[in-house]
Amino acid sequence: MRLAVLVKQVPATDKVKIDPETGTMLRTEMEAVINPLDLYAVEEAVRLKERLSGEAEITVISMGPAMAIEAVKDAISMGCDRGYLLSDRRLAGSDTLATAYALSQAIRKLGPFDLIFAGERTTDGETGQVGPAVATLLDIPVLTYVSKIEEIGDGRIVVHRAIEGGHEVVESPLPALLCVVKEINEPRLPTLSGKIKARETEVPVLTADDIEADESMIGLKGSPTRVVKIFYPKITREGEIIRGDDPEGAVDRLIEFLRERGII
Amino acid sequence: MKLEEYRGVWTLGEQRDGRIHTVSYELLAWGRSLADKLGVELATVILGHNLADQVQELIYRGADKVYVVDHPALAHFSVDPYARVLTALVREYRPEIFIASATTTGRTIMPVLAAKLRTGLTADCTGLDVDVESRQLLQTRPAIGGNVMATIITPNHRPAMATVRPKSRRPLPRDASRKGEIIFKRFDEKMFESRTRRLGFIRDETAESPVQDADVVVAGGKGLKDGRNFDMLFELAELLGGAVGASRMAVDMGWIPYSHQIGLSGKTVTPRLYLAIGISGAVQHLAGMSSSEVIVAINKDPDANIFKVSDFGIIGDLFEIVPLLIKRLREIKGKEGEGK
Repeated sequence: MRLAVLVKQVPATDKVKIDPETGTMLRTEMEAVINPLDLYAVEEAVRLKERLSGEAEITVISMGPAMAIEAVKDAISMGCDRGYLLSDRRLAGSDTLATAYALSQAIRKLGPFDLIFAGERTTDGETGQVGPAVATLLDIPVLTYVSKIEEIGDGRIVVHRAIEGGHEVVESPLPALLCVVKEINEPRLPTLSGKIKARETEVPVLTADDIEADESMIGLKGSPTRVVKIFYPKITREGEIIRGDDPEGAVDRLIEFLRERGII
Repeated sequence: MKLEEYRGVWTLGEQRDGRIHTVSYELLAWGRSLADKLGVELATVILGHNLADQVQELIYRGADKVYVVDHPALAHFSVDPYARVLTALVREYRPEIFIASATTTGRTIMPVLAAKLRTGLTADCTGLDVDVESRQLLQTRPAIGGNVMATIITPNHRPAMATVRPKSRRPLPRDASRKGEIIFKRFDEKMFESRTRRLGFIRDETAESPVQDADVVVAGGKGLKDGRNFDMLFELAELLGGAVGASRMAVDMGWIPYSHQIGLSGKTVTPRLYLAIGISGAVQHLAGMSSSEVIVAINKDPDANIFKVSDFGIIGDLFEIVPLLIKRLREIKGKEGEGK
């Protein structure tokens, strides 16, 4: 069985520093890691390979700047077999649709795959749009919010989807793309031998030409959305802020306030 | 693509188990302000089975038109038929804006639809507005990990598509005198085929936290220092007739289950009172609660962001203030009890 996992490199912390003057990211203070939610996708692919007694090959695919090779290597250190990084100046500025297009082209080039894994969303963009869009562009079924693989075999898969109010059990033919949620597993830490393997595995870099991308579909040109403004959230409430040095008095005033507002 | 051929605002109605879900009405509140500003019609499209006797309600809640597609294959959300039917409807009627709720359904179908239509989609907007002159939809959402806000447009593609968080806006009041048109659309059987099959549903009541429907939310964060200290928040919530929420930090520390998480990666709430206790107020958290009617914060850091969005704040030690507040509320309740 041929498996693929899509991963992204993201800033290590959600406390990205922004230059208050220019509103731009202070990249120097930024450390990058594999998107934490992608670890669940990697883990599930590795577990599936184990379940199939090793009769599977896992390919990691990422898109990003040259440094994103580290995210691919992290996935290899957890048990994936090989990896590719899609990196090209012409891909810069891609929104979710242009990113999905580039990834789908890479998958066409490197595939076919029986099953493609993705995380629920990234911790930086938080859109969750790339997985479903990739599946759509590849014209394969997408199963989102997957919390369990119940059965797999004979060209079909049965999964649980964690949705409002419970879990939906869905069957799909293969190939398919799964977007997995945290609930699905507990990602392993890489072993020392895994780290050594990752260090020794060469990760080829693919360009827009390698994946035969239509240039009008990638980068800024291929992105239907545009960011027109970045700003600090406007803070609108100017409330009554009191010091709690006298806790009794502060609580009395709070009670009074809640009464004024008709809450108690 | 000729942008001027696209007119009107659409919302995606949602039904669960055959009942129209309240997110449909929340979306109409969002859509109504956009449609009025643009001077166009507001339509809802809803897919399901046996919905005929309920769809009038969508008119009462703000829609001018309702497109209904009724078929057994649409009873539960399924990507293939939903995507096919919605793509066909958008191509036929050409709305300029199409918004959905960021439920698991909305977050699945909208990227599929946007990829099929090759148009722009912005997830989890906290603000939607239109620039009347350019007719661009201004989509605002937290960006770059949530520390700043970004306004995004879809300049050259239509419809401009977006999702908004459930509960990020209250439904409009029901107005039974509103008139509108209900259009039942029929399609060829082939349109309803699906590659996937729903085998069953395992209900899990605990997956739903009451926090989204509560009138009062008492939320705790890092300042609580320990999971056990959430006990006093539960006590406080009970006295105020509310539910308990939490910041991502408190959930990540394992102090309280994820279903209580408020914020960008958790739930969005709009209660009458949001009481933030030991929560600093990261932008991601504010994204999930800043539309609350009244916000009260208790925090020992005078510079905490949460105070900037608060109507009332106490700079102090929550371990002193919360027990006192509980005591005072108990006294008040006791007196009320005596009076009855």
